[in-house]
Amino acid sequence: MKILVCISRTPDTTAKISFIEQNTKFNPEGVQWIINPYDEWYALVRAIELKEKDASTIIHLINIGTNENEAIIRKALALGGDEAIRVDSGIDDAYHISEQIANVAKDGYDMILTGKETIDHNGSAIGGMVAEMLDCNYISLATKLDIENGNAIVSREIEGGEERLSAPFPIVISCQKGMAEARIPNMRGIMAARTKPLKVLAASANETHTSINNFDLPPAKAGVKLIPADTPELLVKLLREEAKAI
Amino acid sequence: MSVLIITEQSDKKIKKQSLESISYGVAVSKLLNVDAIAIVLGPSDDVLSSLGEYGVKKVIHQQTIGSIFSDSRSASILLNSICDQEKAQMIIFSNSLFGKSVAPRLSVKLKAGLVTGAVKLPEISNGFSVRRSVFSGKAFADVKITTPTKIITLNANAFEINKTRGNAEVIESNIEITPSNITVIETKKNEGNISLADADKVISGGRGLKGPENWGMIEELAKLLGAATACSRPVADSNWRPHHEHVGQTGVAISPNLYIAVGISGAIQHLAGVNRSKTIVVINNDPEAPFFKAADYGIVGDAFQVMPKIIEAVKNLG
Ligand SMILES: Cc1cc2nc3c(=O)[nH]c(=O)nc-3n(C[C@H](O)[C@H](O)[C@H](O)COP(=O)(O)OP(=O)(O)OC[C@H]3O[C@@H](n4cnc5c(N)ncnc54)[C@H](O)[C@@H]3O)c2cc1C
Ligand SMILES: Nc1ncnc2c1ncn2[C@@H]1O[C@H](COP(=O)(O)O)[C@@H](O)[C@H]1O
Repeated sequence: MKILVCISRTPDTTAKISFIEQNTKFNPEGVQWIINPYDEWYALVRAIELKEKDASTIIHLINIGTNENEAIIRKALALGGDEAIRVDSGIDDAYHISEQIANVAKDGYDMILTGKETIDHNGSAIGGMVAEMLDCNYISLATKLDIENGNAIVSREIEGGEERLSAPFPIVISCQKGMAEARIPNMRGIMAARTKPLKVLAASANETHTSINNFDLPPAKAGVKLIPADTPELLVKLLREEAKAI
Repeated sequence: MSVLIITEQSDKKIKKQSLESISYGVAVSKLLNVDAIAIVLGPSDDVLSSLGEYGVKKVIHQQTIGSIFSDSRSASILLNSICDQEKAQMIIFSNSLFGKSVAPRLSVKLKAGLVTGAVKLPEISNGFSVRRSVFSGKAFADVKITTPTKIITLNANAFEINKTRGNAEVIESNIEITPSNITVIETKKNEGNISLADADKVISGGRGLKGPENWGMIEELAKLLGAATACSRPVADSNWRPHHEHVGQTGVAISPNLYIAVGISGAIQHLAGVNRSKTIVVINNDPEAPFFKAADYGIVGDAFQVMPKIIEAVKNLG
């Protein structure tokens, strides 16, 4: 079993979001960068668990980005994974990123795992695009993943419930909560990661379909209207008459 | 040329979120000066010609759908055929589980630029750009689509349903479904209540409620208001509530009309999943709880005293 785990770099979940250059760029000042939580906690850790069950499993990590991303790639290697590939590109477009991943993935991977979404883009797009480029199955928003009799057994969220599916390889799966428990890298992992291969490839195409014009912050809330604790019925009245919410 | 709107049903009835998508698609079609066509997938109990009331001229109804809701591959092949037939220049999905799994595939097939999670009508005065929600609801981005064919998935509760009068022509489509090699082993329904993703109102509880035995008041209020129930992450992690109720950065992201948070502190990771709600109500006994900064209405008080009175007042609304 050969697994390719797609990892991306995002600002820390508590980072203050602001923009520079006439609101055309994210302001990286003082921001701590992390592995996108869905990629780390669910996709990568589940791949590592599968390797722990079957030592013949090979895990490669892939990231599309500039050399600024190498710190998080090393951190991912410290958690687990045999080697990493970075496709050198600063282009921020889902089609472009997917094309780079598909290009690497077509070389004999059984499973390509992504996160449910990046917490900065919230695109939820890369997994489906990669699957289409590889003309293979895509199971989105998976909460469980096992391998049985040469098939992927996947549970996924559906409207108001859950379904369990069986699908052949190769397959692309986007992972979310339920897959695995978060881990922290140990000292041995961190040491090992220093010498694990991190291959850098040049981008193979530069077709893009979208670009970001500018960012904007939501208007500040008007401020909370406080209702005295001894008259909660006033809240109900306001929700009906003022907010028209009930 | 046309704008196609891919609708979804629940219990054989067009979903509210799809009516929002239709209204949005019709508004886009007016901007582009082309017709809007709604696609209905699978058996339906609705009178489909009445979708004309939302402004579509034509409804294409594909009755036979195989397992397209479990298999994004056969779904995208089907939709690709319909797009070709109708010379679609613009395709609108809801940013739902189905939209998330199929829109990216279709976008590769059609070489159509994709914007997911749109919150506003496109701007077409200077190129074509769409506003979408980014940074987990903490910001917006205006994204330019540079391809001739375009796909947008619309966030829930981001666009108002617009109903007037009209009648649509209904065309039965009978495209053969590509066989799937995905097998459905089992389907499980979450217990009874309303699904979070679709909910118009959500009542949510946090660690301030002390234990699972105290969720009766959350459930009662939810039932009275026709709301879904939700919780903070530690509540799901301690198994006080089922995992699918966990909202936030790492749980479900929701954007209901009304979100009532009881005994939740309002950590930034919690807010990231709920800050797109239209009206936010916070009930917390600590006046310094960060959630109050993100709230529209607040009560500083003990949930165990306040909630029964709210329930009483809702019962008296009539
Ligand atoms: C990477 C990362 C991702 C995370 N993702 C999520 C996520 O998706 N969703 C999420 O929710 N959290 C998430 N968290 C956790 C988050 O940081 C908070 O720890 C969590 O939201 C706190 O839950 P809480 O508000 O229920 O509990 P607490 O923070 O313990 O708050 C309980 C609140 O209840 C109030 N209270 C106590 N008693 C009463 C009473 N009798 N009446 C009224 N109020 C009372 C208290 O004043 C307090 O404000 C994440 C954390 C990390 C690091
Ligand atoms: N630059 C990138 N490099 C590698 N993988 C990525 C990159 N961007 C996104 N992904 C993967 O695609 C998933 C979905 O991303 P998105 O479509 O941007 O929400 C992420 O969770 C990652 O697993």
